[in-house]
Amino acid sequence: MLIERKWKKWVYFYLPMAVFIVFTLFPFYWMAITAFRPDEELYATWRQPNAAPLWTLAPTLEHMKGLLQTTAFPTWLWNTMLIATVSTIISLICGTFAGYALARLRFQGSEFLGTAIFITYLVPQTLLFIPLADIIRDMQLGNTPWALMLTYPTILIPFCTWLLMGYFKTIPKELEECARIDGATRFGAMVRIILPVAIPGILSAGIFAFTLSWNEFIYALVFMASADQKTVPVGVVSELIRGDIFFWGQLMAGALLGSVPVALVYSFFVEYYVTGLTGSVKG
Amino acid sequence: MTTENGRRRVSNPRASPFIRLAENERFLATALLAPGVIILVLFIAYPFVMAIWFSLTSIRVGDAGQFVGLANFAKAMDDTIFQQAFKNTVFYTFWATIFKLALGMWLALLLNRHFRFKRIVRASMLLPFIIPTVLSAFAWRWMFDPTFSVMNWALYHGGMITDRLPFLSSGEWAMWCAVLVNTWRGMPFFAITLLAGLQTISPDLHEAAALDGANAWHRFWHVTWPLLLPVTLVVVVFSVIQTFSDFQLIYVLTGGGPANSTHLIATYAYQIGVGSGLLGEGAALSLFMFPVLCLVVWLQLRYLKRMENA
Repeated sequence: MLIERKWKKWVYFYLPMAVFIVFTLFPFYWMAITAFRPDEELYATWRQPNAAPLWTLAPTLEHMKGLLQTTAFPTWLWNTMLIATVSTIISLICGTFAGYALARLRFQGSEFLGTAIFITYLVPQTLLFIPLADIIRDMQLGNTPWALMLTYPTILIPFCTWLLMGYFKTIPKELEECARIDGATRFGAMVRIILPVAIPGILSAGIFAFTLSWNEFIYALVFMASADQKTVPVGVVSELIRGDIFFWGQLMAGALLGSVPVALVYSFFVEYYVTGLTGSVKG
Repeated sequence: MTTENGRRRVSNPRASPFIRLAENERFLATALLAPGVIILVLFIAYPFVMAIWFSLTSIRVGDAGQFVGLANFAKAMDDTIFQQAFKNTVFYTFWATIFKLALGMWLALLLNRHFRFKRIVRASMLLPFIIPTVLSAFAWRWMFDPTFSVMNWALYHGGMITDRLPFLSSGEWAMWCAVLVNTWRGMPFFAITLLAGLQTISPDLHEAAALDGANAWHRFWHVTWPLLLPVTLVVVVFSVIQTFSDFQLIYVLTGGGPANSTHLIATYAYQIGVGSGLLGEGAALSLFMFPVLCLVVWLQLRYLKRMENA
């Protein structure tokens, strides 16, 4: 009986789990191993009998050095960090305020506004990028970080609002009422009583927003023209491929280094991220 | 602390006019909603209206153009590349969603069990969703490389193929490769969200069903699946919208090639609107996404309403 169950567990659990893990993580392994691989090993054809593509025999920092010294990669990394941070902060402020208003205050049209904000969540960037590029140019924002710092919040505010609205609704009203009876203003009660309690929710929304802005591509591709204004994804796509030639070592080094910061942020806040992710679809 | 602060404020007879105004619920709501609403109106509602206006004109880079009615839409319908792109988008969305749902559900069921290193496994399963898609799509493109593909190497040395597979160099193969990469990227989103849903299902229900003699498949089909359906539906709607409007994955993986065979609506709109500078035609092409997205949202809302009434 016991033996049969063990056998079953292997077939129904360990084996599929292992396949999922390999499928999920192999591309990252491949990215990392390519980044440290010298060109001779990189461009050995796959039929060569002694080719060992799954492991790098003589790891090298050549691609990393090339990436950091001959390209604008450090600038892209800085741009991405700055843009992601600022747009996250803007979205959190707007989202917290709007979420609080929708969850707690009674006013005409609150339901309509809530639905309208939710619908903007479902409008994809690829529907808007052509006219938006024109608008950005008219506002003299083209090719400046503000072009992205102001447009990324359009992707982030709707779910920040919805996530935090849900969170505020779970906080008992009595908490605020007590503060109000003790003489706090409405705004004071919100800032001093409700916001501290809502910090886990705000953190979840913030982490999720940060990874989304780090990931955004089409706006950055269309709005940023000069090499020193680009974000990591756009810089890697447009500047590391010269002509038709792919320098795979450098490309993978760029992909790896561009992924590390966001992966680090994520790894510190996994639980918050998961809350944000699952909360963002509850609608 | 805070209550004391509050007391002090009220005992102050010269409360500023702003604070008195902020006591008005309507005023406070307007003030709190304003920043977010302004950004959304300026950068979503306004460009959306402009997109419709653009699509009705012959605007191009450096030329305001003139009103042309529905000519851009008519031209798109006759464009064989666009017809292909539309078909591709439907194909890509359909298959990627099916795979993401099936594999994501399976993964969620696996992750719902107790095992060692569960937290770290669950955390690493989300990586494809965290890492910028453009960067991971490059890793996939390198894995699909015509000459140096590690997958060809593995299959060849595993004795499964004798000649290399044309991953991205044949249109049909490339489309399936894109579906594969999209599945890889989106599966964690399904898995983690469904897992959150699974955790709300009481184990008692499964025990009761097991006592009644239901096997694992029956328990899934008659207990888990119906209870999970509302969550599943929301996740599918989100995923369909994301996949249908996808751009970056194809842009990096194939760039729409070979010979325009893997374009999606969004990548083709980019090529026309930004690549060739035909803003009006590009805007019209993107707008073809809109009715489909509306339909998906409408279906979801209708279903949710029926669930509420039932």
